[in-house]
Amino acid sequence: VMVPKEQALSWARAPAACLNFNCMLILLPVCRNLLSFLRGSIQFCSRTAARQLDRNLTFHKLVAYMIAFHTAVHIIAHLFNFEFFMDAQLNRNSSFLPFVLSEIGTDDNASFLNPIRSNETNPTIVMFTTIAGVTGVVITLALILIITSSMEVIRRSYFEVFWYTHHLFIIFFIGLVFHGYGRIVRGQTAGSQQTNKPHLCADRFEDWGKNESDCAVPEFAGNPPGTWKWVLGPMILYVCERLVRIYRSHQKVVITKVVMHPSKTLELQMRKKGFHMEVGQYVFIQCPSVSRHEWHPFTLTSAPEEDYFSAHIRIVGDWTQALYEACGGDKTETQEAWKLPKVAIDGPFGTASEDVFRYEVVMLVGAGIGVTPFASILKSVWYKRIQNNQEVFTKKIYFYWLCPETEAFEWFADLLQSLERQMAEKDVANFLSYNIYLTRWKETEAAHFRVHHEAENDPITGLKQKTLYGKPNWDNEFTNIASKHPGTKVGVFLCGPPQLGKSLEKQCLSHTEGDVKFIFNKENF
Amino acid sequence: MGKIEWAMWANEQALASGLILLAGGIVGVAGQFRGWEFAAYAVAAGVFVCLLEYPRSKRAKGTSVERSGQYCFTVCVKAFGPLTRNYYVRAFLHAAICVPGGFMLATVLGCVCLGIASLIYLAAAIRGEHWEPILPRKDVRKPVAESIKNPPQNPPPRPPPETRRKQAKDLEGAAYDNPSSVTDD
Repeated sequence: VMVPKEQALSWARAPAACLNFNCMLILLPVCRNLLSFLRGSIQFCSRTAARQLDRNLTFHKLVAYMIAFHTAVHIIAHLFNFEFFMDAQLNRNSSFLPFVLSEIGTDDNASFLNPIRSNETNPTIVMFTTIAGVTGVVITLALILIITSSMEVIRRSYFEVFWYTHHLFIIFFIGLVFHGYGRIVRGQTAGSQQTNKPHLCADRFEDWGKNESDCAVPEFAGNPPGTWKWVLGPMILYVCERLVRIYRSHQKVVITKVVMHPSKTLELQMRKKGFHMEVGQYVFIQCPSVSRHEWHPFTLTSAPEEDYFSAHIRIVGDWTQALYEACGGDKTETQEAWKLPKVAIDGPFGTASEDVFRYEVVMLVGAGIGVTPFASILKSVWYKRIQNNQEVFTKKIYFYWLCPETEAFEWFADLLQSLERQMAEKDVANFLSYNIYLTRWKETEAAHFRVHHEAENDPITGLKQKTLYGKPNWDNEFTNIASKHPGTKVGVFLCGPPQLGKSLEKQCLSHTEGDVKFIFNKENF
Repeated sequence: MGKIEWAMWANEQALASGLILLAGGIVGVAGQFRGWEFAAYAVAAGVFVCLLEYPRSKRAKGTSVERSGQYCFTVCVKAFGPLTRNYYVRAFLHAAICVPGGFMLATVLGCVCLGIASLIYLAAAIRGEHWEPILPRKDVRKPVAESIKNPPQNPPPRPPPETRRKQAKDLEGAAYDNPSSVTDD
């Protein structure tokens, strides 16, 4: 037999204690409004601490894995535990201590130890007739359904299944709180421990209650349920979080402009009273006419200095397609302002990449659609430096955009073009250095580039700085930057795939020598 | 929820159920519980369900992501033709497989999870979904790809000498129109 009888219950109670702790933690990382508030407050003490709050979903998943693991150990331990309890009832031999213990409390049905009260049952029936058993099954099923619908495949493609099934957590928490209400875990009462001291009386069980022995028959009682003490606080916080989201969703957001960009990108410019953002943050957008319960996150592409905030939304799925149609994207004539759909905004959240402005020299690397947060940063830099002529600590920005195809360029290229023009006018053309890398191109396009190689402006983007082909040689880039800026701290910011992140991190480490330090900022915007 | 392919979720649920059934069965056998025969059955049933469910189906819409190393399983499952292609069959099969698991505590959870998976498969079958193997695409390599390996033997076509002389001073005038179109119009 795998688990010794005396250990089975302990093996079940230990993960139960861990589960109390983990179930307390799991609700906290998804209270995004609370975290946003905390982030704002902590920032004054420690930016590093504040940034940890941006990894909230990673933490939520880790805690979920722990809950799954502890649940498994807990269930397996109880399987052994109940098997032993059943053994104790079936082996009806009065020189068998477990049987003697099982007989206690058969008259008053209160002081018993063995939750299995007779030998004419089996563990499965007991499970379905006890509070602990039924709640246990229900919450385990809820947990399993939540996990299977949260697999990446389902989450990315069928978000609604993931989101609605995840609400089974309500059943999970209710069941969890009531799981201990049957007081099925029994221990010797304090009073009984005086009349039947276990270390003296355990072996003399055949003499319990007899006149000459000093061991009375022991009495047991159930332990009061304790889980509620752990989870009540976070449950209340989460309810508050949902109320805040509902409140925010009723605040009026006005769409001031809708722009359809060629690369199947919808730009929404909006205004909301009291809205304040930092660079690189994101918001959740809800459109009740499209879907009442879906909130989708989008990076803000406007700068804080502008009088509106905007998001560039790529049309990739059901929701974005429906939003596009609701905004009149498929119609050719301009829409009346009152026809635009009502939207709600939750946020802004996330990395306030003001960290960008803390470095004298900055490398910004965006891959494909990952360039979106940099739109906000570049615009803000322009406003600060050029328009307001503020002294910005950041003296030089190296911007790398890696893109597989030309189509996604258009709206961002327009932005770069206008920035380039304005900088040339103000004679600060060297402030920003762009490098756009086409990582995939068609044969026919390549021929076109060959012919126009000598042209001053790049044939694709129209920018003075040329589009390059293939992938950047990071070693060269880092070496060049290191040689041009000795004695400085260079901040490297990436929004793109993790492999790129790993290779950039390596480059940062290998090129940090002498007095040049490359600091890789890992956050995924 | 219009475009959801229920089979994708049913597949995750069924695979998880297979693992849970297997785990419960192992515990029942190793611990020599009463009714361990059901546990032994659960081990076999769990393994079977896992093998059947491991290869993911190709999605009707969108890119399909295979599980690592699923190709051999795909070939085996595909060999059963309509039995594995049809989700009604799978729904009833899982419903039937899960029943003996309900007779022993250690395997009850696997039984109920598999039952739920069976219901989701039923929903998928009613909506007309079916299992498609993910097979490696035969890459039709255009002959153009070969030529990339060979560097061009001849220099690119150059404009006539008069235009070439102008190049140094006048960029716009120097560019000449290639008689054949080089862009994908």
